[in-house]
Amino acid sequence: MKNGVQVAGVYVHDQDEALQFYVEKLGFRVHTDARNGDYRWLTVQHPDQPDFQLGLFRPQAPTVDDATAQGLAEAVAKGAMPPLVLVVDDCQAAFEAMRKRGVEFTQEPIDRYGSVDASFRDPSGNGWKLVQAR
Amino acid sequence: MKCRSFEGAIIVNGHQSMHSLAMRPTRIVKNSANRDLKLLRRLLRAKDHMDAAPHEDWPISRLASVSGASEAYFARSFRDAFGIPPHRYLLTRRVERAAALLRDTDTPIIEIALETGWNSLGTFGRTFRDVTGESPSELRRRMQLVPGDLEEVPHCFVSAAQRPHLKMAVSEKRRRTKEGRHDGRKGDDS
Repeated sequence: MKNGVQVAGVYVHDQDEALQFYVEKLGFRVHTDARNGDYRWLTVQHPDQPDFQLGLFRPQAPTVDDATAQGLAEAVAKGAMPPLVLVVDDCQAAFEAMRKRGVEFTQEPIDRYGSVDASFRDPSGNGWKLVQAR
Repeated sequence: MKCRSFEGAIIVNGHQSMHSLAMRPTRIVKNSANRDLKLLRRLLRAKDHMDAAPHEDWPISRLASVSGASEAYFARSFRDAFGIPPHRYLLTRRVERAAALLRDTDTPIIEIALETGWNSLGTFGRTFRDVTGESPSELRRRMQLVPGDLEEVPHCFVSAAQRPHLKMAVSEKRRRTKEGRHDGRKGDDS
């Protein structure tokens, strides 16, 4: 793929904690982990999506000022960030495997509109919908 | 429904503590900010629990224990964080769910009332009308006339968008409607 979205990021409270969550609990792998002083560019990738990276970024200075960084981190902790959707072949199976690994589910799988969906959050508070592909 | 608002849109609030904290040494500011974030994350857990089972009873003691906070502290922190007292939030979820069932199913209204957490048809009908401005049967009639075009949007986001925007206590709303006042004065916290 030459044209398209390559990186989209979520704000996380703690990049180490987020890395562990996305890799060990969700099965993503690290794509880039680069540091420059206090700044860390960290992206992970779904094994089936080599063209897309999910950034795990910390709201921080100098990208934003301290007060703004705090406001953004609070918004994440309050679950106020935009929706994220993870597509799976089998929602029930994915739910069971992920829950066993300690993922915090906010909604168990529900069968509706010809599909099955569940919801979970990452440790920072980002909300994901786990949707079964139709 | 008249007011549409995504969950996220109403959640921005100011933590006045930021200004006073800025005067203190950095380390203390960071620790305190970090504590706030952990608390917010735990408060979100209480909100998630209500979202998952709005028909259940959620006394403050139960919500507080989900958040690992004291009862006295919980209600105030929740309101500060989400801009709405916990039980009023629960009410919006119940009304939202009842409205969805009225729209999407032919389930009798009494069954919808019991399923969404009310103990009687009377209380349900009255509260529903107070919150949405129309009775359950009026809403059902109106919604079923509108063809659905939201099938491509994940269900929960559609529900969130149609959640009633309850800015004041139901008792306050009731009182004002009765008195015919619409002066925008702030409601109480109950």
